[in-house]
Amino acid sequence: MTDLGKYAVEVLSAYAVTLALLVVLVLGIGLRSRRTRAALARAEAAAKAAADRHDHA
Amino acid sequence: MSLWEYANPTRFMAATRHLVPVTSALAGICIVAGLIWGFFFTPDDFRMGSTVKIIYLHVPSALLAINAWLMMLVTSLVWLIRRHHVSALAAKAAAPVGLTMTLIALITGAIWGQPMWGTWWVWDPRLTSFLVLFLFYLGYVALWATIEDPDTAADLTSVLCLVGSVFALLSRYAVLFWNQGLHQGASLSLDKEENVADVFYQPLLLSMAGFILLFIALVLIGTRTEIRARRLHVLNLRARAGA
Repeated sequence: MTDLGKYAVEVLSAYAVTLALLVVLVLGIGLRSRRTRAALARAEAAAKAAADRHDHA
Repeated sequence: MSLWEYANPTRFMAATRHLVPVTSALAGICIVAGLIWGFFFTPDDFRMGSTVKIIYLHVPSALLAINAWLMMLVTSLVWLIRRHHVSALAAKAAAPVGLTMTLIALITGAIWGQPMWGTWWVWDPRLTSFLVLFLFYLGYVALWATIEDPDTAADLTSVLCLVGSVFALLSRYAVLFWNQGLHQGASLSLDKEENVADVFYQPLLLSMAGFILLFIALVLIGTRTEIRARRLHVLNLRARAGA
């Protein structure tokens, strides 16, 4: 471990806060992307099924 | 091939499909390498001690806080002038990334300032303009969230973005406009005398490249998500109308 001397708390807390915020940001964007993709796939399947029913009728 | 062809959502989705994993992987590699290099393999500064290691977080995040807003300004202008939906959605996707980068810059700046200046915060021109920029980011994100009609939301947020650009530029140039305050000038300069020492320069560049690539990757993912959400909204409206 590198020796941070008397400023260890400041340096480590800056890294911890930054990494935590970056993880929250990346997870937030990633999860919303996944949820939206799944919801769109369901909606497109439902729209296709409705169109097929309309064609058969 | 014209740049405007990417304003077509289908073309944009096709063009960026392979770009997202590449930029994400490069961002991860550059950030990890830059931070490990800077944290473990650079010496302490003779005046700032080990706090100089905060530079690898503070400078890249501050750089992106300002430039994310300027990117939003360009895409907002494209929306206002040419009414391309992808540009408005790209601005919307960039806002949370810029907001987070501004918050990181403010927090790491305060943590760095406390031992160096003896205070967490001072109403210095650069710090104050950065705080106002942060508030503009919050307002921008809130405005998108509160207006239901996407075109109206894009119009109003674009106007807000134009106004906020004054503070984005002030955040960058406040030190030059008002020669007062505690914050130093630019860390990276073409003037060798003003630039950071070479030993800190290379890991800093690597970290900055990583943050820029992360921004690009997240904006691409976010824009693709917004395009899908828009399509989902249209399908839901059609389903409701047909029911």
